[in-house]
Amino acid sequence: MQARGIVKRFGSLTANDYIDLSLFPGEIHALLGENGAGKSTFVKMLYGSLRPDEGMLSWKGAEVSIKNPAMARQLGIGMVFQHFSLFEALTVEENILLALPPLQAKNLRQRIKTVSADYGLPLDPTATIADLSVGERQRVEIVRCLLQEPDLIIMDEPTSVLTPQEADELFLVLEKLASEHKSILYISHRLDEVKRLCQRATILRHGKLISECDPRQENAKTLAAMMVGSEVADVRRVPQDLHGVKKCLVVRALNLEPELNTGTALVDVSFDVARGEILCIAGIAGNGQAELFGALSGETPVSDVGSIVFEGWPCGADGISERRRRGAAFVPEERNGHGALAGLKLSKNILLSWNNPNDGTTKKGVIDRMALARLEGAITEAFDVRMAHPDVEAGALSGGNLQKFVMGREVKRKPKLLVVSQPTWGVDAGAASLIRQKLVDLSRSGTTIIVISQDLDEIFEIADQVAVISEGHMSDVYPIDEVTREQVGLLMGGMDLNGPPEVTAAEMAQSLMRDRETEDAV
Amino acid sequence: MEIYEAIILTIITAATPLLLAACGELVAERAGILNLGVEGMMIMGAVGAFAVAFSTGSPYLGIAAGIGAGALASLPFAFLTISMVTNQVATGLALTILGLGLSGMIGDAYIGQPGVKLQPINIQGLSDLPYVGRILFSQDVIVYASIVLLVLVWIFLFKTRAGLSLRAVGDSHSSAHALGVSVRKVRYMAVIFGGACAGLAGAYLSLVYTPQWTEGMTAGRGWIAVVLVVFATWMPGRLLAGAYLFGAVLILQLHAQAAGVNIPSQFLSSLPYLATIIVLVLISRNRTLVKKNSPACLGKPFVPDV
Repeated sequence: MQARGIVKRFGSLTANDYIDLSLFPGEIHALLGENGAGKSTFVKMLYGSLRPDEGMLSWKGAEVSIKNPAMARQLGIGMVFQHFSLFEALTVEENILLALPPLQAKNLRQRIKTVSADYGLPLDPTATIADLSVGERQRVEIVRCLLQEPDLIIMDEPTSVLTPQEADELFLVLEKLASEHKSILYISHRLDEVKRLCQRATILRHGKLISECDPRQENAKTLAAMMVGSEVADVRRVPQDLHGVKKCLVVRALNLEPELNTGTALVDVSFDVARGEILCIAGIAGNGQAELFGALSGETPVSDVGSIVFEGWPCGADGISERRRRGAAFVPEERNGHGALAGLKLSKNILLSWNNPNDGTTKKGVIDRMALARLEGAITEAFDVRMAHPDVEAGALSGGNLQKFVMGREVKRKPKLLVVSQPTWGVDAGAASLIRQKLVDLSRSGTTIIVISQDLDEIFEIADQVAVISEGHMSDVYPIDEVTREQVGLLMGGMDLNGPPEVTAAEMAQSLMRDRETEDAV
Repeated sequence: MEIYEAIILTIITAATPLLLAACGELVAERAGILNLGVEGMMIMGAVGAFAVAFSTGSPYLGIAAGIGAGALASLPFAFLTISMVTNQVATGLALTILGLGLSGMIGDAYIGQPGVKLQPINIQGLSDLPYVGRILFSQDVIVYASIVLLVLVWIFLFKTRAGLSLRAVGDSHSSAHALGVSVRKVRYMAVIFGGACAGLAGAYLSLVYTPQWTEGMTAGRGWIAVVLVVFATWMPGRLLAGAYLFGAVLILQLHAQAAGVNIPSQFLSSLPYLATIIVLVLISRNRTLVKKNSPACLGKPFVPDV
């Protein structure tokens, strides 16, 4: 595949400004850039969802004009989307069937099973998408793409919801595919992955081609600098001694049946968090995180009032507004539709969680527009939310900027407790670093923070303590400097740290070997 | 004729137009288009069928005309909501008002004229069977067609690839578009199919139910059909049960009034609508049922990005 001089404009915005890219068979090529740099626009043109305004695409040596995705698939171009293009009401099998040409539809269920077993992506073909977690949905996307047997696979952030072990398995798949002379265009924010996996990288910034390089010759800092245009700050975290600090939140024997029949039940979850502590709860998507967030936030009140005690107040049965009034704040995983409403202006979005009559957003029940405007200005400034003009609608922000806004809105309330789910999912390096720094700063000013995350980099950057949730069970809580990434990874995979030693040792050795190879490659 | 036979036969007659119109609406809604113009398309079918049957003397040409008139009536709705992306609710209401008015104008010449009745098909031997003969084997072609149509719709929606595409369009038009499904084409077809079904339902009213033309003769049946689709949670099998249940309630309250039951007749007349509300409440309580089956993009405008 070769792209030359590709231009795409949306109104006055030039999303792609003369982009060149060539892909060779058997190559894993990284496409790097911040959110809004034009990566998604670019790959949509390769996949036929958008048409370039200028420039030329050639496929296997011949010039092509890719009119629609069906044509792209026919040519042998497959795509794994970042924003899932799945049908919620349909089953896994039906979702996959829709993307395949009619002739390939035979024995589909069997082929789904074979492919998902071969590539270590377990799937139940009869499950309905609406009941699946984010991670499982991504697996459906990947299997769907692989079943089309494409020559070029475009992957938009495929590992963002996988555990390190799952990601390792995916890398083996990708390497296998590359060895079968397929090309892979790999979009990721995770520079370590790119360095490990990719032979070449193309870097975009603000719609322009910045450079093409060999990521193995660069280090994470130089790559990030090229993406952002300036250096990305490391998160500064001073370790703190939490011995004898008063507990802010105590969870004891929390049990919760899932709302959806394929959700995960919480079984006997117990932990406590000290004031000013950051507790990170690691785990693979779909292991009860959604239920845990629901129980902690009060979106799903639990019947046992005493199973959650917040600052001495048993609150298990209370709803989210009551908990907010008592000084808790929550940032859910889905920013759009759950954390913020796309069609509302940012200032109005503030009201969604600032619903205490005394917090200054209303006067005798009437919305105080001036106060909201001031708040909106303060939040967007403190969290560096970049937007076209002040007080845009939430839907007009990119994922990273919206996440910064939602975080800023909650931080601004100066909560005693902040529960955040996947704070930097799908957020670019610059924004992620800012959000993490803000979390650390907030905790050092006395706020207790619980972060539900599956990003080990993030956890090791910000956590004071870490626990792992697996199939609805919670592990012990470990101080962050007493565990390794590998151990957390094993816990995430449902293994016991004191489990059968040979498995653990073998796994550990394997991942250590891989780490060393990566370092050698550097 | 035994009384039970009479009751069952009238229930079938009452249920058939509901079933037909709801069947078409179900397909349109499964594709994501909420067409509140069923009443208007139905009455256009009724007047079209009556006019053609009256002038040609053939009820079968009348049926064809009813189907055609319903489909034709759906075209402006399809163009406005799908191509011009107008609001589906408002456009559907406009279609109902337009249909009621236009049919009155067209039908003015036919008021009081004797209609052409579509005769039942008698099957030698079977029709004379005791108990079930007249009920099962002595119906007209539209009654049989309504059942066959429903089965075909079920097979289409759940057993064919084209039906899967249609459901996909109703569930997430942007994902369907991303996969290369032609969202607008699918929706045009679904809306026109819905119009044809409503037209056939109208033809049944003016050729069988009361073989004559009176203004506003659909009398709200189009609206009941819209409700039936929700009642059935967009599942064809439940639609069959629902249509016959509503038909039964419509007829039984008439029989109850005739038998002089000591209940105010206004209450009996409102029974079908009360039943609608109660059932809707019961269905809405089951969140997973509704969430699983209701087309997520129902009523939402679709504008493909360039």
